[in-house]
Amino acid sequence: MMKRLALAILLSTSLSPAALAADDVFVVAAPFEIKGADPSLSGDIFLKMDIAETLVNADTAGHLQPGLAESWSVSDDGLNWRFDLREGVTFHDGSPFTASTAAAALDIARAKKGLLSNAPITSITADGADLVISLSEPFAALPAFLAEYRSQILAPRAYGPDGMATSVIATGPFKVTDMQAPLSLRTERNEAYWGAKPAIARASYSAIGRAETRALMAESGDADFVFNLDPASVQRLASVDQVGIHSVSIPRTLMLKLNAADPHFDTVAERKALSLAIDRAGLASAVLRYPAAADQMFPPAMAQWHQAGTSPLGFDPEAAKALLAQEGWMPGADGILEKDGDRFEVELLTYPDRPELPLVAAVLEQMFADVGIKAVINSTNFSEIPAKHADGTLQMALFARNFGLVPDPIGTLLQDYAPGGDWGAMGWENAELTGLVDKLASGTGTDEDRARVSSILNDQLPVIPIAWYQQTAAVSKAVTGVVIDPYERSFGLRGMSFAQ
Amino acid sequence: MSSLARILGFRLAQAGVVGVIVGIATFVMMRALPGDLAFRIAAGRYGYDNTTAEAAAQVRDELGLDQGPLLAFLDWIGDIARFDLGRSLVSGETVWSEITHQLGASLQLAGAAVLLAMLIGLPVGIWCGLRAGSTADRLLILISSAARAMPQFLLGLVLIVIFAVQLRLLPAAGHGDVKHLVLPALTLALGLAAALARITREATHGVAQSSYYEFARWKGLSDRQVFFRHGLRNITPPVLTYLGLQFVLLAEGVVVVETIFGWPGIGHALIHAIFHRDVPMVQGTALVMGLGFVLINTLVDLAITRIDPRGDGRSSNRAGIEHG
Repeated sequence: MMKRLALAILLSTSLSPAALAADDVFVVAAPFEIKGADPSLSGDIFLKMDIAETLVNADTAGHLQPGLAESWSVSDDGLNWRFDLREGVTFHDGSPFTASTAAAALDIARAKKGLLSNAPITSITADGADLVISLSEPFAALPAFLAEYRSQILAPRAYGPDGMATSVIATGPFKVTDMQAPLSLRTERNEAYWGAKPAIARASYSAIGRAETRALMAESGDADFVFNLDPASVQRLASVDQVGIHSVSIPRTLMLKLNAADPHFDTVAERKALSLAIDRAGLASAVLRYPAAADQMFPPAMAQWHQAGTSPLGFDPEAAKALLAQEGWMPGADGILEKDGDRFEVELLTYPDRPELPLVAAVLEQMFADVGIKAVINSTNFSEIPAKHADGTLQMALFARNFGLVPDPIGTLLQDYAPGGDWGAMGWENAELTGLVDKLASGTGTDEDRARVSSILNDQLPVIPIAWYQQTAAVSKAVTGVVIDPYERSFGLRGMSFAQ
Repeated sequence: MSSLARILGFRLAQAGVVGVIVGIATFVMMRALPGDLAFRIAAGRYGYDNTTAEAAAQVRDELGLDQGPLLAFLDWIGDIARFDLGRSLVSGETVWSEITHQLGASLQLAGAAVLLAMLIGLPVGIWCGLRAGSTADRLLILISSAARAMPQFLLGLVLIVIFAVQLRLLPAAGHGDVKHLVLPALTLALGLAAALARITREATHGVAQSSYYEFARWKGLSDRQVFFRHGLRNITPPVLTYLGLQFVLLAEGVVVVETIFGWPGIGHALIHAIFHRDVPMVQGTALVMGLGFVLINTLVDLAITRIDPRGDGRSSNRAGIEHG
């Protein structure tokens, strides 16, 4: 009797008719955990979920578009920017969005390290309905910086006394109804939104760390929109009828950073040899499973920077060996190169947060071994890369760098290559490149300057580009209006709807 | 009454010792882990595109990480003495509010798992114990060994594939509704149920073989009457003791299961806190979990004392430990 009772209870709990996709909540699953309400912690999620907005937007090609600012202009000397803000906009708590609320939010953002604190801003003030930003030197990328997630505008009430936001009171087409950090967030349509109202009435966000689980959520219809899939899942989901796979090239590059001050990499010939030892096409198709071999640092998604006619980074192990021999590296007894008693044995630092990186590292280890270089893989926390950059012990590091954090990559280039930075060049300096990047940052650069930057990086190889990324999402076929943003600013909720 | 006071007194002292040991051990371990504290915390806050030496320097400044480990530890002890667990270094929330939130989710999961395990394991174990040597009994050994041996990670994925992908009855992952609870709870419950069935079977078998059980039968009671009057109460203490011990296993399982199913519990939080060197979170979580074990053992002791008032709770618990 007890057994039958137990069975009945078990069946009734596990097999109850759980009406799954029948509700009208649009379910998003992505790997990013919600760390808190502050824009500096999880502002990217609030922007992607169309909860928060920035003064400036970017379209899928990276071109800047009006956001909370309808238009903007800069004075002739390049020192004063005037943003004409949208009128009649209210925050989710009903309070009005004004130039002074925007100035306050940006001042709070600027006080925190990163992004805005790196721009040469001297003051941000409200002038009637306009926002005026004054600079100490011309800085053309300012509007692009204002499009980044950390520059989102929250209501004054959202911030605590220490400047950290305690709730997400923003202006977007969706507003937060419930936030359970670190894993879930629920929103509903903001009926008072200033722009076109979205078709989706309610949406939820789930942070799901494991790629396998995310793929299964897409396959089971549990999630309508699953962001960031691993290559194996993409292949499997492609055969599932109810799910569509959407891929887009993104401005993110898989690259190998070299310490150019290290005796193993201190000449261009040595770095070129390393580059020639890498079979990029084979690596991309075997590990990433899409044709994405990089022939230069900037992927095609960065139309202004990508150089169609550039001489590509090739694969030629024999030439690599010859170059190394020319530099004095000769095979020792065990086949590993040696020079003046120094073995060519170097640490290859990487991290497993992106599941493809340790795999790529293993393939590289093999390719380098073929030319007599012993790479010792150390797959650890990604913060070891900036940490070892700072203390000078880094030799090689494999990582993925996003050039689209800000729609204009000039900020990233300033940080990484002019002259060097945590996620860019190390022990390397090129006066011409620094000059060009500074010129482009101030707004006086030309397309030729950009081409020159690209070709210097390809000739000097302070870092070795390996592959260009694609972002992949699995979206229920019951959803229409799907657009995957290569700049990862938005999941596109406002444009999507459930097909009737 | 004196046995009750003794149990409570002993457990209270134990709680104090656990608290001190957990506090020191977590602190030392967190400091002994490789990697720069400031960089790890910055990584936890800002993600890989924004973790730079500059961000790390800001974290170091803000948190006063230069003050040295001894001072930091004394700070923590001082805070604990004022019942203040501090704030998370990553989110800035108070550790207490984060833990209560996560502990609730984990308890919900663990509670559902224990309930399911009891609903499956107890009847099966009693059934087989009363029929020792039968085909069903031998089958139980086989199935429970298999269920025990299956890693929860695999079991979880198998259940998702069956119930979410193939049958489309339940969500694959997530949190919020009751339906989200079923698969993770079942993943945890199956292994537990397997062990519980075995223990219950042994206890039932032992009781059924005993002379008092034989006597009850002999004096003419029906099988039902014998079981409910003389069997059940004697089976309960070892099973209950075992269940109390299983919470250790459950805590371990919760870590894996929460990660697979995206469940916002304490196990999941602990892993992330360790990753990001969120020392106050790790200390707070470990402390709460350690004290949780003491609390559960106390409750088990008290329950057993009530069920079997002959001996004191501790000795029967110890017998159970040797047994398990």
